[in-house]
Amino acid sequence: MAVLARAAADALRPHCAGLPAHTRLRGPEIGLVMLRGRMGGDGAPFNLTEATATRCTVDMAGRMGHATVLGRDMEQAELAAMLDAALQDPALRPALLAQVIAPLAAEQAARRARNARRAEATRVQFFTMATMR
Amino acid sequence: MTPGFAEPVLGAQSSFRAMLHALSHPGRIVALPDVPQAPMPLGPAMAALALALCDADTPLWHDGGAAVADWLRFHTGAPLAPAHAARFLAATGAPPALAGLALGSDEAPQDGATLLLQVSALEATAGWSLSGPGIETTTALRVSGAPLGFVAERAALGALFPRGLDIMLCAGRHIVGLPRTSIIREDG
Repeated sequence: MAVLARAAADALRPHCAGLPAHTRLRGPEIGLVMLRGRMGGDGAPFNLTEATATRCTVDMAGRMGHATVLGRDMEQAELAAMLDAALQDPALRPALLAQVIAPLAAEQAARRARNARRAEATRVQFFTMATMR
Repeated sequence: MTPGFAEPVLGAQSSFRAMLHALSHPGRIVALPDVPQAPMPLGPAMAALALALCDADTPLWHDGGAAVADWLRFHTGAPLAPAHAARFLAATGAPPALAGLALGSDEAPQDGATLLLQVSALEATAGWSLSGPGIETTTALRVSGAPLGFVAERAALGALFPRGLDIMLCAGRHIVGLPRTSIIREDG
């Protein structure tokens, strides 16, 4: 689901063409979710900001697929919900995992690693008297 | 699982408007313009009112079984509550004892519950005779399938005014409003 939620509509669309018909149960609709943060990772939680999110629930042959994605792409939410429903079908699941989820996950991991590398190259180490001693 | 309103915002607004109309003309039969397809035994009118009225802040009671519970919780997000704690009650059969429901307080009579009661048919012919605020003389209403002793049980709450219970009768896609101020007399 995390992989589907991060994938763009353009990447999902070709894989949804052959799926069984679906009906929309809710949405796609746009709303806000409150993001919470912790100072330093372990402080008291506080409300950091609200983020735009789009959610959709579809019914595909009796299986409910849910999706909540960041941003306002209603098509992305619906496509992700369709794939979520299809992944619950034992007949479709192995093929979808191999052809859709695995490549998307690999691409997202590569992008994360690339961004992390670029950030790491600019890291500055601060030395103080306290840490040098 | 079936969808809710085709247009969630417009459907809920038009149903709410129809309910205001029904409550300002007690006893008048009002048709709902847009109704969802709900699981049995929840009728179209009651389902539409439930979607229009309930959200995460309104405890809801119902007697429709597991499919109805799933449907209501998915589409409204309302927490299910026991009858005495519910703000809205959706009764497809006989409702719980009316005197045991939330009737509000003298300081906050608006906290009284609203009961959605499903009946088999509503007709504007002789049967009940309604009077009270919103009715110039009397309004005739025939209700088929109302619970036994319903009129007497509701009349007993009249002494508690301004506390009380507002009731919406639902049949098919039609509703009738019975605010706590209306007086029902059974003809014949």
